[in-house]
Amino acid sequence: MAEIRYREALNQALREEMARDDRVFVMGEDVAFFGGSFKVTEGLLAEFTERRVIDTPISEAAIVGCGIGAALAGLRPVVELMTVNFALLAMDQIVNHAAKIRYMFGGKAKVPLVIRCPGGGGHQLGAQHSQSLEAYFLHCPGLRVAVPATPADAKGLLKSAIRDEGPVMFIEHEGLYGLKGEVPDGSDYLVPFGQAAVTRTGKDVSLIGYSRGAMLAAQAAEELAQKGVDAEVIDLRTLNPLDMDTIIGSVKKTSRAVVVYEAWKTGGAGAEISARIAESAFDHLDAPVARVAGGDVPAPYNKHLEAASLPQVEDIISAVDQIVGV
Amino acid sequence: MVVELGLTEQEHLKLYRQMLLIRTFEETTAEQYAKGNITGFTHLYSGEEAVAVGAMSVISDKDYVVSSYREHGHALAKGATPRAVMAELFGKSTGISHGRGGSMHLFDPDLRFMGGYAIVAGGLPISAGIAQAVKYRNGDEIVAVFFGDGAVNQGVFHETVNIAKLWSLPLVLICENNFYGIGTNVSRASAVEDLYKRVCGFNIRAVQVDGMDVMAVRKGVEEAARISRGGGGPTFVEAKTYRFRGHSMSDPDEYRSKMELKIWRDRDPLTKFSSHLVNEGTADQKTLDEIKREVEAEVADAVDFAEKSPEPPLTQLMDGLYPNGSA
Repeated sequence: MAEIRYREALNQALREEMARDDRVFVMGEDVAFFGGSFKVTEGLLAEFTERRVIDTPISEAAIVGCGIGAALAGLRPVVELMTVNFALLAMDQIVNHAAKIRYMFGGKAKVPLVIRCPGGGGHQLGAQHSQSLEAYFLHCPGLRVAVPATPADAKGLLKSAIRDEGPVMFIEHEGLYGLKGEVPDGSDYLVPFGQAAVTRTGKDVSLIGYSRGAMLAAQAAEELAQKGVDAEVIDLRTLNPLDMDTIIGSVKKTSRAVVVYEAWKTGGAGAEISARIAESAFDHLDAPVARVAGGDVPAPYNKHLEAASLPQVEDIISAVDQIVGV
Repeated sequence: MVVELGLTEQEHLKLYRQMLLIRTFEETTAEQYAKGNITGFTHLYSGEEAVAVGAMSVISDKDYVVSSYREHGHALAKGATPRAVMAELFGKSTGISHGRGGSMHLFDPDLRFMGGYAIVAGGLPISAGIAQAVKYRNGDEIVAVFFGDGAVNQGVFHETVNIAKLWSLPLVLICENNFYGIGTNVSRASAVEDLYKRVCGFNIRAVQVDGMDVMAVRKGVEEAARISRGGGGPTFVEAKTYRFRGHSMSDPDEYRSKMELKIWRDRDPLTKFSSHLVNEGTADQKTLDEIKREVEAEVADAVDFAEKSPEPPLTQLMDGLYPNGSA
């Protein structure tokens, strides 16, 4: 078990899977000579040559489209979109094509494609570079959506994504690339999709998050413990598949749930999770499901305004205060 | 016997047979649509047969084909059976896409028919990705992608041609210019009406051919395929053609004059080619009539097969969405 950063864990996953399988290749804007905008692909060019580490023009629709075509023809492309914000330029290829191809062709097609993209806010990058858009992909049948919060999950989920036979939206968090954590050794370390991690057990309230939201929930749980509130923390790891068994099992135990996510509150992944809890565990709830999410506003540039638009640890504590003891 | 481009008499007759099969299939599809056996958006290829048949006759079985939503002709010319295509139009489980796709989404990886895509220009980057895979594996296949005149006005078309040239991909781009994007004439949609000129900036070989003449299409695509297969990167063939019917079965076709239709009907690729065969002594009318009977029987059999085939069971609604062994 070594302690490495989230970006290094992703780099390891790519390197190991490329070494394991010649069909795996990486392409995207600035992934080769520049080493990746967030340095996730650093060093891959030297190891795997331009054949397998390919710089592309700034053409997001064509990048994803080429990935789909290469996957249909038997390769296992990992395409990088520089940020999830730019995935919007490729939405037709992602939603109308990657997600549909297998089903609309009667199950005869395979699209083993990974679309990696950093997302999230918190770096004063303004309205067009700070979005959390996972709900757009969660909404669409046919796409798996992975949202790792830790270095270990970043590595294990990316390796699972590459080995998956279908298209995966792999959304990393820009604010987590420098995060350090223990990552199990061995090139066969995989984290399966659809298995949430209970990162802290507790009996008073379930804090359910993913990506940076899971980290915030974990921090809030520590502070709540000081106040005598025993919170359980669930890191979902993937949004499709969504591990409802773990969520419902936890809510049945605690009778209270707070869903934490950085995206716009309205129509976000947390809205879906809240609805499912209400559908499946209504009789077990002692209080309404609370959502601690981003404000329904474009990300402002100003540091204080941006912080106010994003969920903070104290927001989670305050939400828990309102429902614990009800 | 007249031999053109090294064609034997049998090969000439095969071209005729395939064009006639597509025409018969499409006109039968219209009848079945009128009867209510086929629904949804159904775009017929009648009038454009020379493009698919000419192009497919100069590429090999192992070459890949990507198509759009006006694709019955491409699928049949690439080797799909009339049964499998007609059953798909009927939405039956025996269809080429098991009833999940319909007219616009035919697919058969065994034939390397890599799909019909119903978003204008949507199949273009996918075709480049397939070509990328060929190059990745040092293969000698090419990819032929068919699209209409409307596609050249999409941004992703230009993204694709740029990448294909940049990476020198074995991609033959075949633009079927039938002059209309639904009801809008190409002159009202493209700043340059000769669409092959739209790729001049990419410095690739681009030609315009008579899409109503199967031999002209053969010549244009044969040369393009040779260049692309030989490492020369992408090539572009604009085939000027015409659809004899509306955009889809739900189009009343009120934007084209009777005179315009007559001019193009007089250039019907089938009558043009059959006259050529008879005049040159390659085939006699009796042989052509015999082919017609065979083709009609084959299409009738396809309808019969489609009618008798089972509907996909409702229990299979979700099947195929996610792959087996999915993480």
